[in-house]
Amino acid sequence: MKKISDFKVIEKQTWPRAAFLRLQCGEQLPEILGGQFVQVRVDGGQHTYLRRPISIHDVDCQNNTIDLLIQEKHEGTKILCSLPVGAEVNLVFPLGNGFTMPEKNDEILLVGGGIGIAPLLYFAKTIKANRGNKVSFLLGGRSADDLMLLERFREVGDVFLTTNDGSLGEQGFVTQHSLWNTKKINKIYACGPMPMMKAVAKVAKEKDIWCEVSLENQMACGIGACLCCVENTTEGNLCVCKEGPVFNINRLLW
Amino acid sequence: MVNTEIKLKGLTLKNPVMTASGTFGYGEEYADFVDLAELGGIVVKGTTLHHREGNPYPRMAETPMGMLNCVGLQNKGVDYFIETIYPRIKDFDTNVIVNVSGSNIDDYIAAVSKIDALENIPAIELNVSCPNVKQGGMAFGVTCSGIEQVVRAVRDVYHKHLIVKLSPNVTNIADIAMAAESAGADSVSLINTLLGMAIDAETRRPVLSMVTGGLSGACVKPVALRMVWQVAKAVKIPVIGLGGISSATDAIEFLLAGASAIEIGTANFIDPAISAKVAKGIAEYCERQGVKDVNELIGGLRL
Repeated sequence: MKKISDFKVIEKQTWPRAAFLRLQCGEQLPEILGGQFVQVRVDGGQHTYLRRPISIHDVDCQNNTIDLLIQEKHEGTKILCSLPVGAEVNLVFPLGNGFTMPEKNDEILLVGGGIGIAPLLYFAKTIKANRGNKVSFLLGGRSADDLMLLERFREVGDVFLTTNDGSLGEQGFVTQHSLWNTKKINKIYACGPMPMMKAVAKVAKEKDIWCEVSLENQMACGIGACLCCVENTTEGNLCVCKEGPVFNINRLLW
Repeated sequence: MVNTEIKLKGLTLKNPVMTASGTFGYGEEYADFVDLAELGGIVVKGTTLHHREGNPYPRMAETPMGMLNCVGLQNKGVDYFIETIYPRIKDFDTNVIVNVSGSNIDDYIAAVSKIDALENIPAIELNVSCPNVKQGGMAFGVTCSGIEQVVRAVRDVYHKHLIVKLSPNVTNIADIAMAAESAGADSVSLINTLLGMAIDAETRRPVLSMVTGGLSGACVKPVALRMVWQVAKAVKIPVIGLGGISSATDAIEFLLAGASAIEIGTANFIDPAISAKVAKGIAEYCERQGVKDVNELIGGLRL
């Protein structure tokens, strides 16, 4: 069930161009799937009329909190990153389909690029809770500064890193990491910049590995009503907000 | 107790609040947020005779207090609507109105005839004003002769309440409204989106795939309000006002300008529960102002 609720920022951590916000709701959270997102209302900007879709980084159903990891891009995300502890935010959530839960014996690789690492944490936790699988994260950034909160990922699975400048992990893109030659993988879940996801999809196709990616097309409504965020697929134009944001690569025309 | 019921010719609304086509899906998308029974009506997504894929992505650009879109009437066609969607929505406890669009007169007639046969669709909104479709749509809606031609043809085959949705992208919208009235429209709704454009200065490219798109949202309200006022003075049939309505106060302003009912569009994206809130807010305004019947507000502007 989708909801519209007020939350309060109860915890915050910032980096030069990103922020972690822990948001608490006064009411019981509905069931939330890994890979789903929220639409955050942004007040006070000249170009922030519409809500901003932000992926769900983590959920705590006991304390009714949702964590968001937000990268500053334009005015909307800048305002969100500058929200102080105690600020109120209004969310429409949980939205989208979420990632497909793997099978118990699947060898899973979660690939994240830049702020695309955000939804992988909560998804990995739901896999662990539901299936018990051990997961591996392959996280890439331009430099070490892009790879935040790694300790949270390490609590859930093995973490492999790449940076373009070599400041952390192996130098290069995620698709160039040495684990591709050594690790047994039969399911890939990816979220990140479009070129990264396309590169991961290409590797997955070459190696014949099942793969889902999470898209971030520009949205207005977030609930499948306005048809603005469509992705052209093998089934025609589908709404990324409702039929996605997660798509199996075989449905995409990449 | 305030009377909020509005009677348009052959169409009774339990209150003046409807939702605008293209912003509310088929109502189902909003069922978690709004009790549809609290609305006067919902106008579902623009439907055409044949399946339409719509325009390529990107289809949206945010603007100060508004947005541009060039969706281009993506829908699966009238037969799919009748077979798959209609059974799911026909028993909603509100008026379910279908917005119908076409690229030529024959298509309009064929699609409208099929919808005429649907028992639980009490009205159609004829879209002669979509700015995002190359052929037709707005082409009919921007001249008096064009609108007369399409409305007359549809009137011959449609036997229930016929709303004609007007384009603001014209020299004199009152003339267009009068043409629709003389051709047999039961009411007019206005405004559809204003044609606009967005450019990315960094890449020097248009933001939208179609270069231009329709502007909607709070920023268009003053234009819409003025046009509703002009049209309400010019025609005898009821006027349905829309364009940037985001609150009960906005809705009241449209009623005072002469609208008999209103539609809420882009505001649904910002607050998916807004439509029911506006309906409630109108009743509260009436109580506060000592208005016993919402009909008293229609055209009640004090000049």
